[in-house]
Amino acid sequence: MNESSLSSAPDTGPDFAGFIARLAGTVPAHCILTKVEDTRPYECDGLSLYRALPPVVILPENEEQVVAVLQGCKAFNIPIVARGAGTGLSGGAMPHTQGILLGLAKLNRIKKIDLATATAIVEPGVRNLAISEAASAYGLYYAPDPSSQIACSIGGNIAENSGGVHCLKYGLTVHNVLRIRVVTIDGDIIELGSHAPDSPGADLLAAFIGSEGMLGIVTEVTVKLIPSPSCARVIMASFDSVEAASLAVTNIIAGGIIPAGLEMMDKRAVHMVEPFVNAGYDLDAAAILLCESDGTEEEVDDEVARMEAVFQHAGATKLQVSRSEDERLLFWAGRKNAFPAAGRVSPDYYCMDGTIPRRHLGRVLGAIEQMEDEFGLRCANVFHAGDGNLHPLILFDSNKVNEVECAEKFGAAILELCVQVGGTITGEHGVGIEKINQMCVQFTREELDFFYALKSAFDPYGLLNPEKLIPTLARCAEYGKMHVHGGEIRFPDLPRF
Amino acid sequence: MEFALSQLSQQVMAARGSERPVYIRGGGTKEFYGEQVDGIAVPDIAVLDVSGYRGVVNYQPSELVITARAGTLLSEIEETLDHENQMLAFEPPRFGPTSTIGGCVASGLSGPRRMAAGSLRDFMLGAKLLDSTGKVLNFGGEVMKNVAGYDVSRLLAGSMGIFGALMEVSIKVAPKPFHEETLVLETDEAGALQQFTEWRGLPVPISATVWVADDTQRAGKLYVRVSGSEPAVAMGMARVGGQVMPADQAKVFWTTMRDQTHPFFQARPLWRVALPPDSPPLEAGPTLIEWNGGLRWLSTEVSPADLRRDVTQRGGHATLYRYDNRPADIPVFHPLPSALRNINQRLKQELDPVGIFNPKRLFPDF
Repeated sequence: MNESSLSSAPDTGPDFAGFIARLAGTVPAHCILTKVEDTRPYECDGLSLYRALPPVVILPENEEQVVAVLQGCKAFNIPIVARGAGTGLSGGAMPHTQGILLGLAKLNRIKKIDLATATAIVEPGVRNLAISEAASAYGLYYAPDPSSQIACSIGGNIAENSGGVHCLKYGLTVHNVLRIRVVTIDGDIIELGSHAPDSPGADLLAAFIGSEGMLGIVTEVTVKLIPSPSCARVIMASFDSVEAASLAVTNIIAGGIIPAGLEMMDKRAVHMVEPFVNAGYDLDAAAILLCESDGTEEEVDDEVARMEAVFQHAGATKLQVSRSEDERLLFWAGRKNAFPAAGRVSPDYYCMDGTIPRRHLGRVLGAIEQMEDEFGLRCANVFHAGDGNLHPLILFDSNKVNEVECAEKFGAAILELCVQVGGTITGEHGVGIEKINQMCVQFTREELDFFYALKSAFDPYGLLNPEKLIPTLARCAEYGKMHVHGGEIRFPDLPRF
Repeated sequence: MEFALSQLSQQVMAARGSERPVYIRGGGTKEFYGEQVDGIAVPDIAVLDVSGYRGVVNYQPSELVITARAGTLLSEIEETLDHENQMLAFEPPRFGPTSTIGGCVASGLSGPRRMAAGSLRDFMLGAKLLDSTGKVLNFGGEVMKNVAGYDVSRLLAGSMGIFGALMEVSIKVAPKPFHEETLVLETDEAGALQQFTEWRGLPVPISATVWVADDTQRAGKLYVRVSGSEPAVAMGMARVGGQVMPADQAKVFWTTMRDQTHPFFQARPLWRVALPPDSPPLEAGPTLIEWNGGLRWLSTEVSPADLRRDVTQRGGHATLYRYDNRPADIPVFHPLPSALRNINQRLKQELDPVGIFNPKRLFPDF
């Protein structure tokens, strides 16, 4: 049981022994893991399809240790992959076989909750939900709420620019982080953003958020907190076609309403989750919308009335407004449990994350339905309808011949379709390793070069999370797909609309 | 590539070939802002004039996004949005009728509503950039959520054109609030700051605040705009108190704040000081406060070096926004710590190796 994970690294690889010796005196031995039984848990993140055993895992306990690790990595030319809670869904934290895995979970102190400025200063390993829990005593909370918020860390949220159900009204991570403290690959400590509005120089904070651990290691974060609403209610509306539900979404926004959350589930998704949560979802509906209003009691009454009018006008076949906080949570339970429910009805599922302009919702869902036959697999759709962010769940069985491959191809086809209608391959899960080939479809060679320029300005040695997010040109050539200008159809053999 | 765009592209390629910089210009209303070009007039031939590349490309009100070419007049965009009862929620200042959306994004300036709605960069969804090789690059898009690649369009907001010329931008728009009221309270500067701190932690729908001193510099007026549905505004008014300002007067007042035409903005030199919002009064001269304390416009006799030292210690930054006589060796923008400055410089070097785009407009030395 004492097998060393170091031995799994190729002999021609970096001098890990020399590197570890260098850290002695700064990073305590208990923070450095090299036994396979200890490093195995770090071999993948939330996307378990992609795995690699890290030769060394380091779990620093303070910023000084992070600096020492990065300086050591630079000196020994060792790649570093940072990891928060490991809940990511795109393989962004998949280890490098010749690098170190830097786990930041021990940096988990909430340093300050400040009512006067409505901000919190936290370390990167603090869980998303823990911030809101700590702030609740002051009547405040942290708005972005990815569905993994009970486990995911704020550092990981910054790496992925995480969203959540409420980001339609309250924004993404990039809108709610004011300042970060970062250790660069040179071991310098820099601060991006500040407690004051705006910042001199280029807006590197905006570029850093969503950079998937490729630009630096975050050691401290200031987030914006907002006053908790005193009231929230959700409307559950049924529609007899996906198109009618999509139109209702469009009309809500066109009517000048920005709901706190606006989610859609198609019939397959509803049938999948209802037996799991017993939320009273309408099993006859072709699509269900969940639409939330929050604020004071009077504001919510006013807004819910407006929303109901829009839904009725759009042909809703059934409308229910939550009458209590318990009922509101019950209505949400199905949506929030869509992933586990998928795991219950299918041995495996593959969650996609494309975003499209809302007006194409009906068309894209129709095309996905056609693809089900093409690839011989079923797909349930849950999505953040308000911001056009789709989460098709492709159901498959990895024990069946070809199904993994079919699921991957099905997923790739959905993402390429998203690009084709003017959308993007990833709304909130990130590119990581999973969608790196589709990056070749979305971007031209010159655009990828721009990304490399940014990477290189922060990390000239290419040591931070290499081979993620931005594909090399060689990789794109191998994938056989480069972005084509002029709107040519890239897969003439696939039926689209 | 269409004609107007290919002309601009060729001009950039020629500039790069001859290693002669170009100065990007839209409506020419923000020439006062940022580092000046060595104190000499820019010859016409060196101007990359984007004003002819104009027009709204796509606007779907229900998608909450507008895409327009960089030379499109800000006024045209606002009229277009107005027809659909929508707006640019960050309320960019309009320095003249020729202000363009490209210049608006490149300068990154936001107006009164920024404290509640977010800054210009928060609303950036996509950008097309003419790079230093004359190619057009496309980043982001028209969707609200997009994490494919780095967030370049937000990086370009406020970059003063040093990485390339914006050709097209996609910006998130917002519905206009159903209702708005403005309240006026009598208070001194410390009292106003105290109010801001109180309101920050409460669910009051305040969309803008301004405190400005009266002639004595001791007392002053605090203007508070509340926005939202009627019940929300009613609740906000009850919380804030003070006198209700008649709607027509309020409209004029907020326009003078947004467009910086209020008499206070005539002061020279005029400093734009961004501070942590709970920072106590600067006590360095006449001050106008916006954004719940986060933005302090300051007219001061204090030496720039002393002012910047004080502001740095408070965790803020000070821009020499408008001036008659430029003090020697004082950069317009607050200097960055060296590690951070070096990243900016490496980025400029990588993206524009010959240094043709707006040299020294954002940093005094590159």
